[in-house]
Amino acid sequence: MRYLPKSDEERRQMLAEIGAKSIDDLFSSIPAEYRLERDLTVPRQQAESEIVEYFRAAGQKNATDYASFLGAGAYRHYRPVIIDALVQRGEFLTSYTPYQAEITQGTLQAIFEFQTMIAELTGMDVANASMYDGSTGAAEAVMMAVRVTGRSNAVVAGTVHPEYREVLATYAKHQGLPTALVGYDPETGRIDLDTLDAAVSAETAAVLVQSPNFFGVIEDIPAIAQIAHARGALLIVSISESISLGIVRPPVEADIVAMETQSFGVALSYGGPFCGVIAAKEQFVRQMPGRLAGQTVDGAGNRGFVLTLATREQHIRREKATSNICTNQALVALMATIFLAVYGKEGIRELAEHNLAKADYAARTLGNQPGAKQRFKGAPRFHEFVLQTDEAPEAWSRRLLENKIVGGIELSRWYPELGNCTLWCATEVVKREQIDAAARVLAAEAVEA
Amino acid sequence: MTSNANSPEARSAGPRTLGKVRPHQTQNEALLFEKSSPGKRAYKLPPLDVAAVDFSSGLGEAYRQNPPALPELSEIEIIRHFTRLSTWNYAIDLGMYPLGSCTMKYNPRVNELVARIEGLAEAHPYRPESLAQGILEIFDLLQRCLLDITGMDAITLQPAAGAHGEFTGILLTRAWHESQGNPRKKILIPDSAHGTNPATAAIVGYVVENLKSNADGGIDLEALTRQVDGETAALMLTNPSTLGVFESQIHKIADILHAKGALLYMDGANMNALVGKVRPGDFGVDVMHLNLHKTFSTPHGGGGPGSGPVACKAFLEPFLPIPVLVRGGKGEEPCSDAGDWEDTNAEPTADGCPPLFRAPVLKPDGERVGDTDPLPLHPFGGPLRWDYDRPQSVGRVRAFYGNTGMFIRALAYILANGPDGLRQTTEDAVLNANYIRKKLEDVYELPYKTASMHEVVFSDKRQAARGIKTGDIAKRLIDYGFHPYTVSFPLIVHGALMIEPTESESREELDLFIAAMRSIAREVEENPELVKTAPHSTRVSRLDEVQAARKPILRWRPQP
Repeated sequence: MRYLPKSDEERRQMLAEIGAKSIDDLFSSIPAEYRLERDLTVPRQQAESEIVEYFRAAGQKNATDYASFLGAGAYRHYRPVIIDALVQRGEFLTSYTPYQAEITQGTLQAIFEFQTMIAELTGMDVANASMYDGSTGAAEAVMMAVRVTGRSNAVVAGTVHPEYREVLATYAKHQGLPTALVGYDPETGRIDLDTLDAAVSAETAAVLVQSPNFFGVIEDIPAIAQIAHARGALLIVSISESISLGIVRPPVEADIVAMETQSFGVALSYGGPFCGVIAAKEQFVRQMPGRLAGQTVDGAGNRGFVLTLATREQHIRREKATSNICTNQALVALMATIFLAVYGKEGIRELAEHNLAKADYAARTLGNQPGAKQRFKGAPRFHEFVLQTDEAPEAWSRRLLENKIVGGIELSRWYPELGNCTLWCATEVVKREQIDAAARVLAAEAVEA
Repeated sequence: MTSNANSPEARSAGPRTLGKVRPHQTQNEALLFEKSSPGKRAYKLPPLDVAAVDFSSGLGEAYRQNPPALPELSEIEIIRHFTRLSTWNYAIDLGMYPLGSCTMKYNPRVNELVARIEGLAEAHPYRPESLAQGILEIFDLLQRCLLDITGMDAITLQPAAGAHGEFTGILLTRAWHESQGNPRKKILIPDSAHGTNPATAAIVGYVVENLKSNADGGIDLEALTRQVDGETAALMLTNPSTLGVFESQIHKIADILHAKGALLYMDGANMNALVGKVRPGDFGVDVMHLNLHKTFSTPHGGGGPGSGPVACKAFLEPFLPIPVLVRGGKGEEPCSDAGDWEDTNAEPTADGCPPLFRAPVLKPDGERVGDTDPLPLHPFGGPLRWDYDRPQSVGRVRAFYGNTGMFIRALAYILANGPDGLRQTTEDAVLNANYIRKKLEDVYELPYKTASMHEVVFSDKRQAARGIKTGDIAKRLIDYGFHPYTVSFPLIVHGALMIEPTESESREELDLFIAAMRSIAREVEENPELVKTAPHSTRVSRLDEVQAARKPILRWRPQP
């Protein structure tokens, strides 16, 4: 086996030195009746070339040459080449969590840079080293708010990503944490502020909203913050499209921001690994889940970084910890850090502008086709929009697929009231001719009729 | 003089050689923000092919007036920045990384290549299932491999890491108890357990009850019998334990729990000691998680990403998180269609299905039909799809379907090994740990004499008498070119040195490690101060953690 650095002769010598007759001696503590006396039923040992062939074939079976207008919490952006070149350095790739600070300063400084960039982008004071993803980050943020406020319920916008809400429901169920859902304004696609006002009480720990929300619409964060804070509740803003922060005002009125950073140079990879992160106001840092890197000095006064405030974490506090999270998404956070270094202050703005421009063109072009109209036009949005068609999406989707285009995703799956509505996304990698082609195919049936 | 300096004696007596290492220079590197200057760029966007829009008026009050103060650098500076940082890290690629419980094994490079294949890396999670069959086949094959490795009946790949897997497994436990009429109140956790276990139980709303280990560091059957009652939901057990010891009474443990209607949860952190030799499903485990980033070679990446699939017995299957991967269309008979992939090594059965696509059939003697047949790489059967219609499900534990990139890597590892390689891997891991034990047990205290599996736990008892603690020995090990072992864990061993070499170490590297540990033991006798102030060869010496925690500086800010 090519990964095992031993000859059979060396194995025999080592066994002899241990004083074991055979390798089975070392497994004698396993009761005989449970020992597996057969080969595992897994495919036979494959050559490296066969492994590459197998996965290439699987990749080809997944069509690759389609134009795509899918978004909804997973976004296709260009990934600069140096990201993969750098994260595949073995010193990053094959290193453990940096508990031994003297020999992991590379990872620790990179985490410190990540935390700084996330704080700067979100308008928060501090950010942690990462969470699993945007969905679990949002759920953990709500649990954090419960600890901070000592209150017992949460109010959640219906415009938060439906799968994020499902994850929150799974977490909240066993925390004795009832959650109330607040609907949206059918004109703007924004959370209904009057309903929100009525839902927030003196027992509300947090209001959770997403902005840009699931429909791509930017919420009125200052107004929502006012409602939450008037009753002493915290405001948590979930962000699933982090590139929006290049041009959209950061939610500075929030107390906690739970963000998905997949857009910062992370491959779609059929939904993971992505990289969540929690950022917050300084006074809440001791209730934050997850790891934190902090700056300090060594004995000679050199600047260095360590994992700090570990008394929040499970390996110290066990059942009293702020979360059970241990492994996070460090290497993916490193991808995001490199991505943000590549684009920098001007690039993140320019990139966000390109996204807005493509989505604006796509929304106008598709929304102007006969039998189609854009919904939620009354509020600003980023790079996603909702299209309502007279024709059932199932029918035109099939036509688009025949033309190697994956259109928007059907919303009725989560919002039964939004029949024939689809969520479209146009990032900077979508080309004008792809948008035009999608519009032609979409209109084909209507024109013929 | 010149010839003298090149002689072997002169070289070996070179200034700071210690064991296998000699220090070399590393470059200083400031923070990205300190290197930034306005106007530098590392990007270029293509010309915009649509009309630009008036962003500030389009966004209105949502417009960001001041762009985020991200650093401004050129590409070469970014390359150098992160390359320099990388040289400050220790890594498996540099040498042995004997962190107990962490299974720091070789991370094969082909895994990285295949995870980046375009059709896999660029697949959107909401693409139509008809365009995602390649990825779904990977999910399916990995699931079937993991089910056979664990001896369980059903699996979810959704959890993002080990602790997330624990959360999912205890959710299943709770849902099943609820379906029996009582969710029950407490979870038993041995005092040797990982900290994630009690933290997980608390999140799922259970009271944690500590279970004291017996004199061998194992489960005390009498205490267990006393503590298990009608309100016990489960025991969370790590097997082999964090001492690296297989619970040889495991069947009795399972019986005691099952007699009271409680479940046996297994923390699969130490599965590297078992793969191909024994299956948790065969020794009474009801539900368990795996760590793909430990046992199945996906890289730790400086702390993640991981992946924590949860496997369970059939009675827990209805509660698995949604969605669940199934074969065949809605209302269609599964396996009715031969699919369009060529089958290379399995004979279809009479109904057109390869043996492993049917539910396992049990012969009267309990043997599973089909168990000994080879697993086809390219199976028959209808298309795969996600099933959301599962009314008893515990719900979702994360968005989408899991850390797919890790599934690809783990499957590549399983394929590279095959059944023979997986078994040999386990045997080598156990051989290496026992070799270290044998070669160090005369200089380091072995608090538990029970047979070791894949890791060995010493204590600093003898060295502590000289004022040197496990943490000091660990830091000194750095000077010898090794990453420290796990320090002060498990908690049941005072001053623990927890050593897990994994299968990836050659005899040569093990001998160097043993020589280093023996040399440090001598230093403790002869020059304890040298050990106490270690490391002496790193860029930074021991860092002031107290200051870091008292006045936390968690981000860079510009100097006023």
